[in-house]
Amino acid sequence: MTMHAMSAIEPTSPPPGVLAIRADNWRLAIVAGLALSIFAALTLPASVSFWVVGVAAAMIAAAFVVNAYRRRYYGGLLVAPAIAVLFVMNIFPLLWSLGLSFFAYQSNQQSIRFVGLNNYIKVLTNEIAAPGNWSALVNTALFVVLTVSAQMMVGFLLAMLFAKQFPLRKYLLILVLTPMMLSVVASGVFFTYYYDPTFGILSYVMNAITGGQFILMDSKAGAVAGIVFADAWMWSPFVMLLVLAGLVSVPKYLYEAAAIDRVSAWRRFWSITFPYIRGLLMLALLFRTIEAFKLADLVILLTKGGNDTMTISYHLIRIANEQNKTSEGAAISYVMLFMVIVLTNLYLYLANRRNQES
Amino acid sequence: MAYGISIWERLGIRKSSGVSEAGWGHTAFVALISFIYFLPVLFIIFTAIKPQGLALSVPPTLSPTSLLGLIPEQFVFTPTLENFGSVFSRVMTAGSQPEATGFDRFFLNSIVIATASVVLALIFGTLAAYGFSRYPLKGNDTYLFIILTTRMLPAIVVVIPVILMFRTVGLSGSYLGIILLYTAFNLAFTIWMMKSFFDELSTDVEDAARIDGSSEVKVFFKICLPQVVAGLAATFVFGLILTWNEFLFALLLTGPDTRTVPVAMNQAVSSGGRGTDWTLLAAIETLFLIPVFLVTFFLQEHLLRGVTFGTVKK
Repeated sequence: MTMHAMSAIEPTSPPPGVLAIRADNWRLAIVAGLALSIFAALTLPASVSFWVVGVAAAMIAAAFVVNAYRRRYYGGLLVAPAIAVLFVMNIFPLLWSLGLSFFAYQSNQQSIRFVGLNNYIKVLTNEIAAPGNWSALVNTALFVVLTVSAQMMVGFLLAMLFAKQFPLRKYLLILVLTPMMLSVVASGVFFTYYYDPTFGILSYVMNAITGGQFILMDSKAGAVAGIVFADAWMWSPFVMLLVLAGLVSVPKYLYEAAAIDRVSAWRRFWSITFPYIRGLLMLALLFRTIEAFKLADLVILLTKGGNDTMTISYHLIRIANEQNKTSEGAAISYVMLFMVIVLTNLYLYLANRRNQES
Repeated sequence: MAYGISIWERLGIRKSSGVSEAGWGHTAFVALISFIYFLPVLFIIFTAIKPQGLALSVPPTLSPTSLLGLIPEQFVFTPTLENFGSVFSRVMTAGSQPEATGFDRFFLNSIVIATASVVLALIFGTLAAYGFSRYPLKGNDTYLFIILTTRMLPAIVVVIPVILMFRTVGLSGSYLGIILLYTAFNLAFTIWMMKSFFDELSTDVEDAARIDGSSEVKVFFKICLPQVVAGLAATFVFGLILTWNEFLFALLLTGPDTRTVPVAMNQAVSSGGRGTDWTLLAAIETLFLIPVFLVTFFLQEHLLRGVTFGTVKK
């Protein structure tokens, strides 16, 4: 291994001077890279200069890596590739859109103009405060509460069923996991079929029972119920997997001790089982809440926002993608992001407080 | 749960594998629940083998067999494999010859893109997780939280600037672009998951190996990595399921050559203004389900054990 051979180099070679042209001189690399980037941005067309900036960034990164290796900062060395990918594909676009939200820009036009906080003011007063969009926000909150609680409950009950060893368990478990593997396009479209008033199975059964014409998607309550049911059906297995992982990890001797002490099933659950699944429940809750905030695909497929089921995420897709109001979309994204971060931090705060109490 | 002793247990037929706690009685109960839960998927699979004319029949046809007369004749249809053929080539405009739909290409795209990005995320993520676990940096937790934050962000927040960036750089519609994007998409989860696995390992063996003169590289590959194979499998499956069905990025950032199945499926069933082609959609989804179903099935043991091992025991 080359790394093995090279580690013979003494660990604490002195850091290079600022102007020394050496592979590990990251200070010089930053200065040169910045100069090159600014020069390219000013003189070359955008598509070319982007690559020049990329090369400069790679040069700086390489200098950091060599420096980290020569001085044995293995941590930085190992983390660098992942951080680089995340930076280019996630963090950089986010900063870009943050910047964009302070400009007036539409992706189908060339002009771009600085407007400061105007987009945010516009979004907060016109977009969100407008009755239609305010209801989109309320609907999103409604969907978050309903879908997440449904998933948590169903997922939890399913996990309880599978938390034992029994014959054919492996084959039954994969049946329950399958909804999660379906493409949302297919399952969503098929749910429109299940709910269809003329051809659908649900209406067929309900008509036979009640004798009348049953149309689920006719009212807001029905439409919301339909969307929540489809979403909960798809994603409860995710919660189930995480909870199941917690349940099967509870040491058996705890239950045996509880049985000897004749602890009630209720107490046994809260004092033995729950501490083992709390962390995973929290993780499931976090991930599902974040996903629920993004709920748009099922709404698009099932109601197209009709019957007052518009969500903020679908609204965002309309503004940014269909109406090309890119910078306004970015502003809405950040308002939304702010809400998600507040909510997740609230979760984490509550989770930590609970942890400290017990 | 109290189900009493089943008849099978009394007869001594009960099969006990591993930690056996419940018998066939429990199996029957869980089988019933699982079957009901699986019904919507089963209906999609059955629609895939229905004759096209029966897709919207009233009453709905439910089963390819009458199960020895158990299911009334009106709900039974004769199965056909025609729909799977029309996934790959079918008559596009009335009266003309069947044309290739390019779905073989889209399936290949899905497999290449999902596998490449999940594997890349696994490589970068495992290295980073090892770094975070064994060589903590200054502000280690802050880095980890920032990485988790990228997973918290709604995809829609990221997608607008990514479109702009890809257009500028010329990456939109290329394999490289979408693979790198999915890699980033999977990285946060991979790093968190793999870090918890590395944290679990006892460092005694590693230290012993170091004293014996093993290089750091050898410690990683020969000692640490073999111990977290279960974790790698579990992370792979979770990542694959999420990437396989991703729609929004794929819709906005893939071109005709790099289109993945979810996008192509959406276009195939809603094009031409003739309404949804139900049997075609079902056939595509059924074919599309098979690879990820098989991978999950064969890695299932790892999946359960992996998650348990990785996130719970502290």
